[in-house]
Amino acid sequence: MKPAEQSSALQVKGLTKRFDRVAVDALDLTVRTGEFYALLGPNGAGKTTTLRMVAGLLRPDSGSVSVLGIDALSDPVAAKQITAWVSDEPMIYDKLTPLEYLAFVAGLWGIDPQIAQPSAQDLLVSLGLGPHLYERCEGFSKGMRQKVALAGALVHEPRLIILDEPLTGLDAVSARHVKGLLGDRVRNGCTVIMTTHILEVAERMADRIGVIALGRLVAEGTLAELRQQSGKNDTSLEDMFIALVDVEAAAA
Amino acid sequence: MSSAALTWFARHEIRLAWREWLAMMTAGRRFKKRTAMVGLIVFAAVLHLPAYAVVGRFADLQPPLDKSTLIVITTTIFLAWALMLSQAIESVTRVFYARADLDLIMSSPVALSNVFSVRIAAIALSVTAMALLLSTPFVDVLVIGGGSRWFAAYGVVITIGLSAAAMAVAITIALFRTIGASRTRLVAQILAAIIGAGFVIALQIAAIMSYGTLSRFAVLTSDAAAAFAPDIDSMVWWPARAAFGEAEPLLLLLAGGFLLLGATMAIFSARFADTAIRVSANAAPAHQGFRATAFRKGSRQRALRWKEFLLLRRDPWLVSQTLMQLLYLVPPGVMLWRSFADRSTAVVLITPVLVMAAGQLAGGLAWLTISGEDAADLVTTAPLPPSSVIRAKVEVVLITIGAIFAPLVAALAFAAPLQAAVTALSVAIAAAAATSIQLWFRVQARRSQFRRRQTSSRLATFAEAFSSIGWAATAALALSIPIAAVVTGLMTAGMLAAMWKFSPRLG
Repeated sequence: MKPAEQSSALQVKGLTKRFDRVAVDALDLTVRTGEFYALLGPNGAGKTTTLRMVAGLLRPDSGSVSVLGIDALSDPVAAKQITAWVSDEPMIYDKLTPLEYLAFVAGLWGIDPQIAQPSAQDLLVSLGLGPHLYERCEGFSKGMRQKVALAGALVHEPRLIILDEPLTGLDAVSARHVKGLLGDRVRNGCTVIMTTHILEVAERMADRIGVIALGRLVAEGTLAELRQQSGKNDTSLEDMFIALVDVEAAAA
Repeated sequence: MSSAALTWFARHEIRLAWREWLAMMTAGRRFKKRTAMVGLIVFAAVLHLPAYAVVGRFADLQPPLDKSTLIVITTTIFLAWALMLSQAIESVTRVFYARADLDLIMSSPVALSNVFSVRIAAIALSVTAMALLLSTPFVDVLVIGGGSRWFAAYGVVITIGLSAAAMAVAITIALFRTIGASRTRLVAQILAAIIGAGFVIALQIAAIMSYGTLSRFAVLTSDAAAAFAPDIDSMVWWPARAAFGEAEPLLLLLAGGFLLLGATMAIFSARFADTAIRVSANAAPAHQGFRATAFRKGSRQRALRWKEFLLLRRDPWLVSQTLMQLLYLVPPGVMLWRSFADRSTAVVLITPVLVMAAGQLAGGLAWLTISGEDAADLVTTAPLPPSSVIRAKVEVVLITIGAIFAPLVAALAFAAPLQAAVTALSVAIAAAAATSIQLWFRVQARRSQFRRRQTSSRLATFAEAFSSIGWAATAALALSIPIAAVVTGLMTAGMLAAMWKFSPRLG
């Protein structure tokens, strides 16, 4: 294994996926271990398709995906063992309680129940679901369901967390809870990759930001680096994002 | 609310009902609308054959009708009414839980009692339309064979639709008021299943107990039934007389149907609104799960099986359907019990009934576990190969079928060991075949879409039905004409092979 691959939580090379049109176009992307990486892009840019291929939900047409040095295409089970995926549409079981859902997730990932049970309870309580531990999820709001899905993603202590618009539907207090929880994980060495349309979140939380348009990475770096690339040190992320996306759209 | 607005709302309701029905027939594919209509016409035409077999012999009846005939016709009409009531309860419950629609209606500046009067009328209209659609082949056969007097049967069908809808509204609102919104959905589903099946089953049990046969006509045409039935001039026979073309009972029945619906609209429309508001406020009840720990050591497949069993146990559709399947198994169970005493050869009938039930139940279970995965992303991103996921789900289906049918087969083993062995093997084959069909034609969907599962693949639906019938026939023939069983068995296996060949899984 090359040193670069060892220090990267995710290394994507030449990743391509075509549906009716090219959704992801020979994408190269590297996310370092212990980094909070925000992936931005307009609707239909290929963000979700990219992350779904990384999570093993879609098979790429070509390219490679390496998760903490594991080839995710040739050994998907090993890669999935250390990865968590949360989509913008929380998909949980209506007829299970949050604790039962987390017990199922822990069972799927083969986590020792003696470790998983207290961890699950702590996670749910920290996300404000303490009073609802034994209620079936069918009565939950979208925000509550999103929190259950997030707790499910964290209960097996993943080393790479992939989140597709995780703050959609959350109220301000819940969003702050989630951001705090993700920040803690990153500080403990976990890697987080997140897509978001809330640029303020990317600006405040991300160590590095990648901007994707038409299936290609069009800019990448810290906020300061992005400003430097744009040549305007006082510009906001929103202005830079719009400018980058407009340039790509015009070029296409 | 002005009459113009009410008319507009009525048109809106009818349009919604039509589109919902059309979506059900075409699986939401617009391009198949014409095909669906052609298919429906062909289906209705084909339905004339079984209709002829069932009612053909009644077509040339001449007045005056004897008591035995009156009993058979009246019972058939009552059975149709029970089935329509079952369908209507299902419709009313669905309307209550159409939350987005209710939110819009209740937030609009209109008198809710007027709106819900229209809605009750729309339910009655759709139930009546369904009743007319289903009864047309039967009435056609009667008219062709017995003359135009049988056209009056359509009037009876309309009365059935109107009164079943009115009764369904009353029952459902009574359920909401007595057991609350949270339990009504499940209880209404169970009630709908029992009402539809209960009457036939009760007649079959009476036939077994009295005559040692599953045929309900044995009871209906018996001297005992005639002796117990009311006099010829009783109003109990009005539906039969009306269907036969007698004007007075027909007009009275129609008037009664409309009156009942009108009274229901007047009495219940305001309560319908109240109930709908309560459902909106409490559409998702806070069911309490187990407080005992769900965290247990074991393999990843064990976790999957545990989740599937838990979800199946909490599935209202499955509870009602299993109950219905078990109800259908009561008559053969009673026959089995009787056979201990008299060693009746009729006990052979138990085998196809069990095999058929196993195939049907396995198909539903397999859809729920294999296709109806609510957290597909979670299971796909879990660290275990897809084959392990499928294996665990298939195991759940087969274990459940085994748990339901093993006691019956074990009981059969005491009366007829060879038949029990044939039944056990056939139940296993029928369940495995139905599960395989669901695997080959699987389409990811939410469990709540179960009601429309048939629309995703007509081919799979027909294959599932033919497979169950085929294995049931094979099992029955294996016990009576073994060489014929080889033929039907090969035909059913051939049909399954063809399904596999045409299934999307092959690619």
